[in-house]
Amino acid sequence: MSCVLELKNLSYVYGKGTPFEKRAVNRVSLQIHRGELIGVIGHTGSGKSTMMQMLNGLMRPTEGQVLLDGKDIWAEPKKIREVRFKVGMVFQYPEYQLFEETVRKDIAFGAKNRGLEGAALEQAIRDAADFTGLKPELLEKSPFELSGGEKRRAAIAGVIAMNPEVLVLDEPTAGLDPMGREVLLSQITRYHQERQNTVLLVTHSMEDIARVADRIIVMHKGNLVLFEPTRTVFSQGDRLKQWGLSVPQITAIMQDLRRRGLDVPDGVLTVDEAFRALLPLLKKEGKLW
Amino acid sequence: MSFISIQDVRFSYDEIEEGKPVRYAVDGVSLDVERGEFVAVIGHNGCGKSTLAKQLNAMLLPDSGKVIIDGDDTSVEENTYTIREKIGLVLQNPDNQLVASIVEEDVAFGPENLGVEPAEIRRRVDEALKAVDMYEYREHAPHKLSGGQKQRVAIAGILAIQPQCIVLDEPTAMLDPSGRQEVVSTLLKLNREQKMTVVLITHFMDEAVLADRVVVMDSGKILTQGTPEEVFSQVELLKKHRLDVPQSAELAYKLRGCGLKINHIPLTREDCVALLGEAMR
Repeated sequence: MSCVLELKNLSYVYGKGTPFEKRAVNRVSLQIHRGELIGVIGHTGSGKSTMMQMLNGLMRPTEGQVLLDGKDIWAEPKKIREVRFKVGMVFQYPEYQLFEETVRKDIAFGAKNRGLEGAALEQAIRDAADFTGLKPELLEKSPFELSGGEKRRAAIAGVIAMNPEVLVLDEPTAGLDPMGREVLLSQITRYHQERQNTVLLVTHSMEDIARVADRIIVMHKGNLVLFEPTRTVFSQGDRLKQWGLSVPQITAIMQDLRRRGLDVPDGVLTVDEAFRALLPLLKKEGKLW
Repeated sequence: MSFISIQDVRFSYDEIEEGKPVRYAVDGVSLDVERGEFVAVIGHNGCGKSTLAKQLNAMLLPDSGKVIIDGDDTSVEENTYTIREKIGLVLQNPDNQLVASIVEEDVAFGPENLGVEPAEIRRRVDEALKAVDMYEYREHAPHKLSGGQKQRVAIAGILAIQPQCIVLDEPTAMLDPSGRQEVVSTLLKLNREQKMTVVLITHFMDEAVLADRVVVMDSGKILTQGTPEEVFSQVELLKKHRLDVPQSAELAYKLRGCGLKINHIPLTREDCVALLGEAMR
C-alpha cells in the first residue's frame, strides 16, 4: 500500500514564548495509506483539530513535517495553495461558511479556483451534489434558503467538488438528528468507496466511527496514543476510558458478557454483530424458537 | 397547578393570512412539568422541540393556547422578566451566548444585570464555575476555549442567575463523551440535590434515559411520552419516526423477535448484561 500522508515528528506550540504557551500537538509520527478511511478521536483539547489543520498547511508546524505523496508540504511555502486543493478540509459546522448567491456557485467556488471549467466543472458540481444527496433543483437556490441539513451537505459538496486526494471532515454529523447522521455517514462511505480516496473523519461519536473506520487515531493531550485497526482500538475499553473516551454501548455490553464467561468475540462494533454472535449461543441453549 | 403548564399551544413562523395553509412548528401541544422534575424532549430536527423550548421563557409567544410558568402567563408582557429569572435557557450554540472577554465576567453578566451585590456575585460565579468544572479557566478568554468548554461556561452563566428551572436545547451536541458526561452529571446533580427543574432537549438517547420522563415530538405534536422504560420499549415506533434507541434496547428487541423470553427492554449497559446473563443460564 502506498503512503499518501506521513507525519514526521509533528509538533505545534501555541503562543510560543508567552505565558500562555501550550503544546497542542507533541511529536506525532504516523503514516496513512491511500484509500484508507481513518477515524480520529480524542477528548476535547486533545490536539486533534490542531493536527488536522496542519495537514493542509492552514497551520504551520512549529516542529516536524507533513509529507503529502512523500513531499514536505512546506518545502516551497509559495506553493502551499496546491496542498489545500489536494487535502480538502470540511470544518465543524461548515454551513456557516456558505457565501455565494446560489448553491451551484458555492459548490463551484473551490473547483473553479483549482482551474476546472466548462463541462468538467459542471460534472464536478453534479457529482458532488449527488454524493451529498442534494437534489438538482436545489442548485439554483440561495444557500440561505436551505434547511440546516441541506446547508451542511452543500458545504461538504463544495469541498468534494475540488476532488481532493485526501478529504478531512471535522465532526461532519455534529448537531444532526439520528436520521441525518445516518444518511450523511452513508453518503461519506459511498463517496469513499467509489472514489477510492483517503478520508479522515474526526468525531465524538464512537457508534459512528465503529461502523465505518478502517483504522483509528487516538489523541490524548497532544500525543498520538493509539493508531490501530478499529476492532483493536475498541477492544481496549479501559484505556480509552483513561483518555476520556468510551466504547459504543454494544461493545461494552459484549465485553461484560465475555468477562462473565460467555463465548462471544472481543471488540464487537455493531448491534448486528452482537445479534449474530448471540443467536447461535441462545439457540444452543434452547432459548429461542 | 404545575410549575410549567403548556396548554394547547400552536405556533408558526409563517405569516398567518386568511386562506393560506399554515405550517405550525408547534401544533397543539399540551404538557405539564412539575417542580423538581427532569424531563427529556426528543425528536428529529424540525419536529418543533426547539420552538417549544423558546416558548418556556417568553422568547416566543404562542399564536394560540397558553404557556403558564409558576402561575404567570408568558403572553402578558409584565411577566416576562419574572419568567426569565425563573427559567434559564441554554441554547445549542455556545458561541451565540457568550458576551464577555473573560470567562468569569461572562458568568457574572446575568447576576450583574439583576443588580445582585458584588460579594454575592463573586460567590455565585465561583460556585457556578465549579459546578461545571470550569473554575480553573475563570480568567481565560472564552473565544480560546474549545466548544465543550464554552458550553459549560454558558451553563454556568445560567446557574449564576439561580433559576428554578433550566431548559437546555441540545447542550451536548458538540461535546466529547467525557464532556457530555460532565454536563449530564452536572444536570443530574442540580436536579437531585437542588431540586432544580430540568427540561433537556437532546438527540442522545443515553441522556434521555436518565430523565424522569421522556417526551417524544414529531411534526409539532407529542407522539408519545412516559418513563424512559415506557418510551424506549416502543422500538418500532421510534425507528419509524427516525429516532434512535439505545443499542441495548435494539439488541434485546431483536433477540425477543427471535423468541427470547425477556420481561422488559433494557436501557442501560448493566441492565442488558444482567438480562442476557440471566437468559443464558
